[in-house]
Amino acid sequence: MEKLPRWADIALVPILNLLLALIVSGIVVALIGQNPFEAMRIMVDGAVGSTYGWGYTLFYATNFIFTGLAVAVAFHAKLFNIGGEGQAQFGSLGVALVCLAVPWPHWTLALPAAILGGALFGAGWAAIPAYLQARRGSHIVITTIMFNFIASALLVYLLVGILKAPGMAPETARFPEGAYLPTARDIFAVIGVDFGYSPLNVTFLVALLAAWLVWLLLWRTRLGYEIRAFGHSEPAALYAGISPFRITMLAMLISGALAGLMAINAVMGEQQRLLQDNVLGAGFVGIAVALMGRSHPVGVLLAAILFGALYQGGAELEFETSVPRDMVVVIQALVILFTGALDGMTRSPLERVFLRFGRRAPEPGAPAE
Amino acid sequence: MDFLTIVQILDSSIRLATPLLLACLAGLFSERAGVFDIGLEGKMLVAAFFSAAIAATTGSVWLGLLAGVAASLVFAAIHGLASITFRGDQLISGVALNFLAAGTTVLIAQDWFAQGARTPALTGAARFAPIDLPFADALSGIPLLGPLYAQALSGHTILVYVGLLAVPATWYVLFRTRFGLRLRAVGENPGAVDTAGVSVIRLRYAAVLICGLLCGLAGAYLATGLAAGFTQDMTAGRGFIALAALIFAKWRPWYALWACLLFGFLQAVSNRYSTIDLWIVEIPNAFVIALPYILTVVILAGFVGRATPPRAGGVPYVKER
Repeated sequence: MEKLPRWADIALVPILNLLLALIVSGIVVALIGQNPFEAMRIMVDGAVGSTYGWGYTLFYATNFIFTGLAVAVAFHAKLFNIGGEGQAQFGSLGVALVCLAVPWPHWTLALPAAILGGALFGAGWAAIPAYLQARRGSHIVITTIMFNFIASALLVYLLVGILKAPGMAPETARFPEGAYLPTARDIFAVIGVDFGYSPLNVTFLVALLAAWLVWLLLWRTRLGYEIRAFGHSEPAALYAGISPFRITMLAMLISGALAGLMAINAVMGEQQRLLQDNVLGAGFVGIAVALMGRSHPVGVLLAAILFGALYQGGAELEFETSVPRDMVVVIQALVILFTGALDGMTRSPLERVFLRFGRRAPEPGAPAE
Repeated sequence: MDFLTIVQILDSSIRLATPLLLACLAGLFSERAGVFDIGLEGKMLVAAFFSAAIAATTGSVWLGLLAGVAASLVFAAIHGLASITFRGDQLISGVALNFLAAGTTVLIAQDWFAQGARTPALTGAARFAPIDLPFADALSGIPLLGPLYAQALSGHTILVYVGLLAVPATWYVLFRTRFGLRLRAVGENPGAVDTAGVSVIRLRYAAVLICGLLCGLAGAYLATGLAAGFTQDMTAGRGFIALAALIFAKWRPWYALWACLLFGFLQAVSNRYSTIDLWIVEIPNAFVIALPYILTVVILAGFVGRATPPRAGGVPYVKER
């Protein structure tokens, strides 16, 4: 018997958890001597009050859609991929190599190639932990954490070594101009709308496409069904002839590829060269996004935009008050804590309420459960 | 490489191994009781901040230590609440606490000291002073062993020796006391412990709080012993190296000591040399930094000895009804 009606499960519980996280964040803001309502106003205004704000909000959201989808796909197979950070870092290497290898004449050619590069490298970085989980039973959480650190060491090594451009900074040369992606400002200028300057670029559309494809994969294909079945019950999946090895590998490869795609936005869309750290914690934000979005692409999309707004709003907050932008990290932590770990705290009282008041009069003709 | 350099590297290995060791033993208690903890990093970070902050404002390192441990215990209690009482996901709770520590320390540091996410530099009684072991001067004349004792082993702050003594203490508690037996049992088969009439909840809370205490010491050592004050994100992944050491040590206290000393040694070497020339091959620094993680993956892969975690690890206990 379902203890909670569907709407309560997918909307009420997450919203209550989010509210709790925001209330505690408000208390934190009040404790450091700022007015939480004023802070909230500045953040909302900074994030969605102008095309400039929207641009940054959606730019950050693009990163989080990719990393959130990455975590979500793995979650469906009951795998906790905490290595989005490393996979995105390695993906950025793939994107940079593709962009630097060829003097691209036009971005329409460079983009598909870079997508391939980012996805392949991201998937490659997820492949080893996936294999070790599937074949040797090594806990994927620990191996992916270790791979995050290994990826960052590797990138440092490459950027002070072979890939370093002449100059002081450990970074690659700039990408050829043909690999620059059109920004929202460029696109809107075509139809005569003045969109504020921001790094928001065409990758946002790629992210939307990726979200749709993930939905298609999970709910409309055989593989998606197998991934979800495996996630629900490994023995049942095994009994149904689903190979745990195959599902673990495929789910992690897809997850890694999605994380790697984040680099299209961050490296190709914004920095146009490879830096030592271009992921900046987005891999971890993906965990919060996937948890908030209940691992559903639509939920991930909404949660990613929310977190994008938080990041942009946090930057504005730092600009206008003395609250450091690390406030966003606190909010993010509280969202993960309340929606992920303390879910039972809101869920079980709610279940009691619904059991007490919700099922008084069963619909006539409803089958007995 | 002359003898003096070796002594210096060993000296700094011990210093760098101490926070790893304390955090590793912290994780050992928690995971042996069946509560995974990837929030070691976060607990160390809050402890580092509060110990430095209180030491800076009161001028007493001991008050700082208390504050650091208290902060770490609060985080441990939240982790306990989420993973034991509300049966939430232990890994997710750990991730959340790491972020919470990273964010709040910067926020409070900025609010209290307004020096850009750091505490004022600690001096005098606000830091732990080095302790000379007995006879260090007298024995330093003995060739080889003398300098090793006098310069590498002696002259550390008290928390280093606490860390070293925590190893036999942990071994004794876990393997020679009734509490330890029950604690290990709760990580393997909580149902059996419950059947025997011992509270699973209470044992797990005890383990999580011991974990908080040890992480508190580790963090306090970072900010008041190893460094002189708190800086943003000063744990720099040490909580995860400690986690790696824990797996490397196969969840055993004595192995944990060697694993942490090894990882401390690797850090000391990578701090000192930018590249290491091994006659024909040149090893880049990045590789030495990544080595603890690579070694852990190799161990986890089971190619070199198998690391088997406690069986009930990560699973909340639900009493049968």
